[in-house]
Amino acid sequence: MGTHLPSTEFDGTAVDDQREAEAEAVLGAPAEPMVQLLGPDGVMGRDPVFSEYADRIDAGKLRGFYADMAAIRRFDVEATALQRQGQLALWVPLTGQEAAQIGSGRASQPQDYIFPTYREHGVALTRNVDLAELLRQFRGVSNGGWNPKDTNFHLYTLVLAAQTPHAVGYAMGLQRDQKLAAANAAPDQPQEPKAAVMVYFGDGASSEGDVHESMVFASSYNAPVVFFCQNNHWAISVPSTVQTRVPLADRAKGYGFPGIRVDGNDVVAVHAVTEWALERARQGRGPVLIEAFTYRVGAHTTADDPTKYRGSDEEDQWRAKDPLERLEKYLRSQDLADDAFFAKVKADGDELAAYVRRTAHDLESPDIRTAFANTYAEAHPLVAEELAWFEEYSAGFADQPPAGGAGSHQAATDGAAN
Amino acid sequence: MTTMTIAKAINEGLRATLGNNPRTLLMGEDIGPLGGVYRVTDGLIAEFGPDRVVDTPLAESGIVGTAIGLALSGYLPVCEIQFDGFVFPGFNQITTQLAKMHSRSNGNLTVPVVIRIPYGGGIGSIEHHSESPEALFAHTAGLRIITPSNAHDAYWMIQQAVDCQDPVIVFEPKRRYWLKGDVDTESPGASADPFKAHVLREGTDATIVAYGPLVPVALAAANAAAEDGRKVEVIDLRSISPIDFDTVTASVRKTGRLIVAHEAPTFGGIGGEIAARISERAFHSLEAPVIRVGGFHMPYPVAKVEEDYLPDIDRILEALDRALSY
Ligand SMILES: Cc1ncc(C[n+]2csc(CCOP(=O)(O)OP(=O)(O)O)c2C)c(N)n1
Repeated sequence: MGTHLPSTEFDGTAVDDQREAEAEAVLGAPAEPMVQLLGPDGVMGRDPVFSEYADRIDAGKLRGFYADMAAIRRFDVEATALQRQGQLALWVPLTGQEAAQIGSGRASQPQDYIFPTYREHGVALTRNVDLAELLRQFRGVSNGGWNPKDTNFHLYTLVLAAQTPHAVGYAMGLQRDQKLAAANAAPDQPQEPKAAVMVYFGDGASSEGDVHESMVFASSYNAPVVFFCQNNHWAISVPSTVQTRVPLADRAKGYGFPGIRVDGNDVVAVHAVTEWALERARQGRGPVLIEAFTYRVGAHTTADDPTKYRGSDEEDQWRAKDPLERLEKYLRSQDLADDAFFAKVKADGDELAAYVRRTAHDLESPDIRTAFANTYAEAHPLVAEELAWFEEYSAGFADQPPAGGAGSHQAATDGAAN
Repeated sequence: MTTMTIAKAINEGLRATLGNNPRTLLMGEDIGPLGGVYRVTDGLIAEFGPDRVVDTPLAESGIVGTAIGLALSGYLPVCEIQFDGFVFPGFNQITTQLAKMHSRSNGNLTVPVVIRIPYGGGIGSIEHHSESPEALFAHTAGLRIITPSNAHDAYWMIQQAVDCQDPVIVFEPKRRYWLKGDVDTESPGASADPFKAHVLREGTDATIVAYGPLVPVALAAANAAAEDGRKVEVIDLRSISPIDFDTVTASVRKTGRLIVAHEAPTFGGIGGEIAARISERAFHSLEAPVIRVGGFHMPYPVAKVEEDYLPDIDRILEALDRALSY
């Protein structure tokens, strides 16, 4: 290592060389290889551990994966169009990450609880969240939009990584429930199905302290939680190399639980690995970190311009690994799906898009009174006082509505400021 | 009726809530075998076990964040933050997540998390161990903030905080932990509503509003003023969010003068909020501007000079003189 000492204090190149040499020395053996079953060429390989899980995926399920991925991609295109037409304030596209999301989401069971970040539209689909409702947040009519209790799919979280400790706490709660249930169970009483928690976050979010603290808690209490990191290579404009010098999956070792890097564009491998991890968590064997190695093909959000920070050649390289195309190749080569199937998938996608477009237009703006009502769970005198003021103020406009109508936005802001 | 210190009263309150509700659990740094750095959780792990009294990793964001998850899954976590100045690594979770979960879920989710924070100075401690950050939290809608000043309130308030469906921060006046008082463990009596202020002393010439550690100081100032023939009313605010403005307004309508005293810096503090509200509500009753007595606009100073920083009897009497001179 000493041979790479910089010639001067400010010799950047030499410092970089030295860093690389040191990194190699510290890291020793290369990281575990990435788990991949279905390659970009559409050929299925074998894996000593995970093929057993992949073998459980029958033809119908495999076709379902394809249909899901196609549906969510179509939805993504539609939502982007809606944003362009001014119907949504912002859209967060997922194109490129369909396999990571559908593969992992379909590996969860209804009793599991999922904490997404803000790009998990594909996971939402697998949890039966109404995709039109998912647009509420982006249309600015709600900060949530659905009732998480209906689908065990939590609200999107915009503060990066903030949901990761929630997931671990929730998992600790499940663990306690199971302990209490076991202690109180009558001998022949059928057992509730065991549940686990899965939490999604990005490669950028992995740098936030909350991820670290969550992993410490998860490890200390052996919580039934699966950390699912979608490494889509970019945190807005910052490449993942700025977030980490080792494969993200390797970080799990430091916390004392398994970390696995999986080809995030391979829906079969993602499903197998996630099913393995969730089963393991439900059995009480503790957390797992899955790093889905994937790529955000489009912009970060509709406000972003990727041409400013990355080359189209990189995007092209990743397009060649497209998750839908490789599954289509496989389904066709194995005679598991024909033209009629793919035509039906396309028609269904168009129907979903039409439904979402129709419904998004009709998403009603809430009354600001709902915000008064939901700030606290229990009665609160300040809220009551401000609401009373607001009602009186609004009533003053009853005969002569100001521009924008009685109880207009202006009235609402003034009320809040009072 | 039994006599105990505030620390013991909180301990007994926690014992009661752990005993009454199997879903309550305590979490924090060093709260297990050590019983917390102030021994507020002393003996609870022996009685309820490590699943109910959880020594957590040293991670405030992790403590609050996992408490949110536990609350979402049906538990009632009571977090201890070791000292006021160490709540900031958890500030993000408290203000962006805990405070907002109910509203952003359109009322579908509740997060009944309690956060206990020993706060305030006067114990001769080092940096970050003497701060009063309550206004930073009071500014955030969705949180409730209470602070006991006596053992009876301390015993009941912690239990009421656990019962509340909203997140509650309990600021515990650490220099009063050893203050003894009567506790009626059978009934909260007038303390049944933790968000209501108490008139501790009746008077007609002026009102002093204080909370937490400054309540005994305000009472002592009122006693001293009585020797000069001044009849001063003293109000223990008890709840910092919401604030019981009705009780304060009624008092000011009677006395015409208001002094608000707290340890936190005066600028941007709770005193300013009270002054503004009262001038709106009782402008015509006021004989003098509302006067605030608080800390200076500086980081909490070193222990050797904290006596100069902390509002004391004389500073309150000086404010009283000013109010009466109008
Ligand atoms: C605490 C915080 N800091 C900054 C942001 C602004 N921001 C939103 S998304 C983003 C990049 C996130 O990248 P990554 O975690 O890799 O997820 P991805 O968007 O690529 O799915 C940033 C910086 C934020 N939402 N929260």
